[in-house]
Amino acid sequence: MDEEYDVIVLGTGLTECILSGLLSVEGKKVLHMDRNDYYGGDSASLNLTQLYRKFRPELAPPPELGRDRDYAVDLIPKFIIASGELTRILVHTDVTRYLEFKQISGSYVYRDGKISKVPSTEMEAVRSPLMGLFEKRRAKKFFEFLQGWKDEDPATHQGINLDKDTMKTVYEKFGLEPGTQDFIGHAMALYLDDDYKTKPARPAYERIVLYTSSMARYGKSPYIYPLYGLGELPQSFARLSAIYGGTYMLDKPIDEIVTDANGKFVGVRSGGETVKAKQVIGDPSYFGAGQSGEAGQIRVIEEGKVVRAICFLKHPIPGTDDADSAQIIIPQNQVGRRNDIYIAVVSSTHNVCAKDVYVAIVSTIVETDKPEQEIAPGLQLLGPIYDKFVSVSSLYTPTSTGEADQIFITRSYDATSHFETVVEDVHNVWKRVVGKDLVLKKREVEVEA
Amino acid sequence: MAYTQTQIGVRSEASLQSLVLRFVKDQFDDYRESTIGAAFLTQTVTLEDQTTVKFEIWDTAGQERYKSLAPMYYRNANCAVVVYDITQTASLEKARSWIRELQRQADPSIVIALCGNKSDLAARRQVTEEEAKKYADEEGLMWCETSAKTGEGVQEIFTAIAKKLPQNAPPSARGGRPGPAARAGVDLNKQASGTPGQNEPCNC
Repeated sequence: MDEEYDVIVLGTGLTECILSGLLSVEGKKVLHMDRNDYYGGDSASLNLTQLYRKFRPELAPPPELGRDRDYAVDLIPKFIIASGELTRILVHTDVTRYLEFKQISGSYVYRDGKISKVPSTEMEAVRSPLMGLFEKRRAKKFFEFLQGWKDEDPATHQGINLDKDTMKTVYEKFGLEPGTQDFIGHAMALYLDDDYKTKPARPAYERIVLYTSSMARYGKSPYIYPLYGLGELPQSFARLSAIYGGTYMLDKPIDEIVTDANGKFVGVRSGGETVKAKQVIGDPSYFGAGQSGEAGQIRVIEEGKVVRAICFLKHPIPGTDDADSAQIIIPQNQVGRRNDIYIAVVSSTHNVCAKDVYVAIVSTIVETDKPEQEIAPGLQLLGPIYDKFVSVSSLYTPTSTGEADQIFITRSYDATSHFETVVEDVHNVWKRVVGKDLVLKKREVEVEA
Repeated sequence: MAYTQTQIGVRSEASLQSLVLRFVKDQFDDYRESTIGAAFLTQTVTLEDQTTVKFEIWDTAGQERYKSLAPMYYRNANCAVVVYDITQTASLEKARSWIRELQRQADPSIVIALCGNKSDLAARRQVTEEEAKKYADEEGLMWCETSAKTGEGVQEIFTAIAKKLPQNAPPSARGGRPGPAARAGVDLNKQASGTPGQNEPCNC
């Protein structure tokens, strides 16, 4: 440990592992450490032993759940949106070689007490109970408008300026009902609340296009998912980093971030040893997150809280045609909230649990002091719950860019249903660490025969 | 008939890499540093009955050094080669701890081969053949001594593994992570080259 590194990375969550991998490929000498004895940090997938150790340290997992090694239970409920930025990074870095993916079978939205499939084909759209006949015609015009939009061709704009007009204006132009607006804004643009309606329409336009192009990619839903759980993602980027010379140390307590008299980063102390490096990147938990009364500088602040309930079921979710996996969105308006409630369900098809077990995670942004009650509308859709692990996590964000002290802190995993904000954070941190934009290059294929 | 086997390598003090390079390229380099950027090596073995076994070998890239090998390595691996150095007693201890880890975490059908490398340095031997073989027998492991330097025993152990594999693991029934053609799921790389919706010819 007396070597000096270019970058020390703390925490093996997905954000940190992507950065570690890309930095190693770039030729940086990287030391990557984690206090846990498993990969993934807050974005890990745990086996039963690890899950119980985390949530119920006093209990052993019931034998009836089956073999420990059959489980990889995600801590955060997210899927990969097929045409998104994470897919692009996976392909460009070639870590797809270490992973296998399956589709998520369906995407559902809650409306008036029951769930309906978000149409994935024109046929499904025609049959969908989500809209009446006339509303379907209006919605068709709306989608044709979005699909036909060309920035350089004013004839396709129909008098709308995406950068000035609000989404509310666009909805009104096509005469869309509030229920349809809920469906488009929450189940397709995947907004968690309604703030987007009063803002310029371009981001919503881009999100709807991302959703529809992802839907068109593989057919059933816009999402894909790695076999053996989301925890495979950080592991595969860690492998990329290791192949390019990155050094890995798990199960390593981090006792101090050492700085000089000016507060600039010097190294990381673990036990009696201090490892030096020019820069440090890490998740908020290594920089005082959640600790009160710590002396010194405040490096991260809480932006909000998310409540998540990991539920084991012995049956598919009612109303999903026995889907082996699904996303269900409960738009906020439907249950009198400010933020949507999400349900993500996966099963043994994805090698994340024993046969005939389904793992559903119900989550939302906390609005009251009784977070568990807030997810009740989601829990009610699941049917009988075999077991449930509820947690409330704070979302932290760094207080500075890190350029002054060379301490770069990533953001917590938010309540969105996919990884696009994670990749945004990767781009962001990269630019601050390296000083230029991240440009993805296709990696040389290194199979030797 | 072709079998594709995924295999993981666990290095001990003695470098598995040198053993693998001898097997795959018939090369040896005394001063070889960890190969940067080499993630996979492949080699095909043809058995007497003309079955061929294609080894896809994952280098552990040093992640085992601080006990930080990712469980990802165990997934779908049909075989693991754990190497110790016959001139260092401590290396057999490390090998034992890796074998315990594999028995705990990997699929029960995994074939584990224990290799005592540096048989060319028998004069400096600290681990006897008897001791290692007794341990291997108790744990149901394949065992042999090899020399990556001279090539002694290298081809033999991989051939022996190849013979043992097809009975244990049906061809690509457990997926493995071979070519995209064998995947049941979606292939992300397809969309990078082709346009969406355009089906590529199936080469199953």
